[in-house]
Amino acid sequence: MASPLQSVHDSQISSAPSASTTSSLSVRLWPGTWAIFAKEVRTELRTRELLVTTAVFTLVVVFMFSFSFDPTTAESRRFGPGLLWIAFLFAGTLMLEPSFLREQANDTLAALRLAPIDPCAILLGKTLANFLFLAITEALLLPVFSVFYNVSLLPSLPGLALVCLLGTLGIVVPGTIFSAVTAHARMREMLLPLLLLPILTPILIAATESTAALLSDSPEWPAMGLKLLAGADIIFLTVAYFLFASLLEE
Amino acid sequence: MSLNRTLWLFTTLVAALWMAAAGYAIFFFAPDEATMHEIQRIFYIHVASAWTAGIAYFVVALAGALYLIKRNPRYDWAALSAGEAGFAFTTVVLITGPIWAKPVWGIWWTWDPRLTWTFVLWLMYAAYLLLGTLVDDKQRRATLRSVYGIFAFVNVPLVWETIRWWRGQHPSPVIGGGPGAKLDLTMKAVVFFTWGATLVLFAVLTRERYRLEVLRGQTDELRQQVEDSASAAGSEGRGFSPAVRGSTV
Repeated sequence: MASPLQSVHDSQISSAPSASTTSSLSVRLWPGTWAIFAKEVRTELRTRELLVTTAVFTLVVVFMFSFSFDPTTAESRRFGPGLLWIAFLFAGTLMLEPSFLREQANDTLAALRLAPIDPCAILLGKTLANFLFLAITEALLLPVFSVFYNVSLLPSLPGLALVCLLGTLGIVVPGTIFSAVTAHARMREMLLPLLLLPILTPILIAATESTAALLSDSPEWPAMGLKLLAGADIIFLTVAYFLFASLLEE
Repeated sequence: MSLNRTLWLFTTLVAALWMAAAGYAIFFFAPDEATMHEIQRIFYIHVASAWTAGIAYFVVALAGALYLIKRNPRYDWAALSAGEAGFAFTTVVLITGPIWAKPVWGIWWTWDPRLTWTFVLWLMYAAYLLLGTLVDDKQRRATLRSVYGIFAFVNVPLVWETIRWWRGQHPSPVIGGGPGAKLDLTMKAVVFFTWGATLVLFAVLTRERYRLEVLRGQTDELRQQVEDSASAAGSEGRGFSPAVRGSTV
C-alpha cells in the first residue's frame, strides 16, 4: 500500500511543473490526474484482485440469468441486453466501492490531498481508472455472453463498443463521486448501490434499448439511445465538475 | 405569547384551515366529471401533491448547493427538512394514483412513463433520506446529502426523457399541456386552490422538521460542552489526586 503512494510522489516530483503560486495549481490538473490514474492502474496490476473478482462475479451473474429464461437465440435477443447491462451495473457498483476504501487502510487519502496537485485530479484520476477497469470487465464479458446465449456480436461491434463506452462513462462518473462520499458511511456496501442504481436509471434504459436495437434480427442504429446516453454523460460530467472541488475540501 | 409562538400558531392554523377548505372545494365546489364522476376528485390532491413535491426537491437541491458553497449546517437541515416533506408528498402521489387508476384504467399500476418516473423519484429520495442515518460524522453527512440531493434533482429531467421513450397511457397534462388540453375553469381553480393548501402544508411541515434539526444541533452542542467540561474536570482531579490522597492519609 505504501509503494503506490511512494510512486505517486515520485511521478509527481518528476512530472509536476515547478510552480508555487496558487493560480498555477490548476495547471497541474492533468499531470496530477495522470499520476493518480497511473497509481490506480499500477496498484491493480500488482494485486489484480478487483478485475479478477469482478470478472468472476459478472460470469456468475450471467450464468445465473440463464435459469431465468430459455437461452435460445430469440429469447436471448429479447432478454440479453437487459441482462448484460444489469450485470455491468452490478459490476460497476461492486468495483467502485473499493475505489476510495483502499485509501482508508493507511489513510493515504490524506496524503493524496496534501500532494501539490489540483484536488480535482484525485477524483478525475480515479474516475478514469474506474472507467478503464469497468471497460475491461465489459470487454471480457461480452464474448462469453455471445457464446453462452448464442448471439453474434461481430456485425454490430462498432455500435456496441460505442454504447458500452458511453454507458460505462455514465456509470463511472456518478459512481466515483458517490464512492468518495460514502467511504465513511456505515453499511457502505449497501448504501452505494442504493444511491447509485436509481440515479443510473437513464443509463440502464438507454444502454439496454440501444443494445437491443443493435442485436435485433434487423439491426438498426440506435440514434436516440446514443443521444440520450451522450446527454446523460454530459449532464453527469457537468454536475461532477462543479461538485469535484467541494468534495475533497473537508 | 412571544412573536415566534404567535407566528407558529398562525401558520399552523392557516395550513389546517386551507387544507380543510381545499377538501370542501374538492367535494362540493368542483363540478362532476362527465365520464369518471366521483373518482376524478382524487385528481386535485394527486396533482397538487405532485407539484408540491417538485418544489420540495428544488428546495433540496438549492439548499444542498448553498451548503456546499457556504458550509453552514443550517442549509443542510433545510435541505433535509424539505426532502422529507417532499418524500411524503411523493408518497401521496404514488398512493392516490393507483386508487384512481383501478376504477378508470382497470389496473392498479402500469409501467407507464410518468408512473415509472415518479417511482424512480421516490426511490432516489428514499435513498436520500436513508443515507443520513448511515453517516455519523456531521460534516460528511451534510456533504454526502447535498451532493446526492443535487445529483438526484439534475437527474429528474433525464430520467423523464429516457422513460418517455416507451410511450404511455398516463393522461396527458391538462394544464399547460398544449392546444388539445382542456380543463373546466372551476376545476382549474380548485386545482390551484388545493395546490396552495399543499404548499402551505409543505411549508409548515418543513419548518417543523427544521426546528427539530435545530434542536438536535443544540443538543449535540450542549452534550459536547458537558463532555468537554467533564473531561477537563476529570483530568484536573487526576492531576491533584496524589496530593489529596497524601494529605488525608
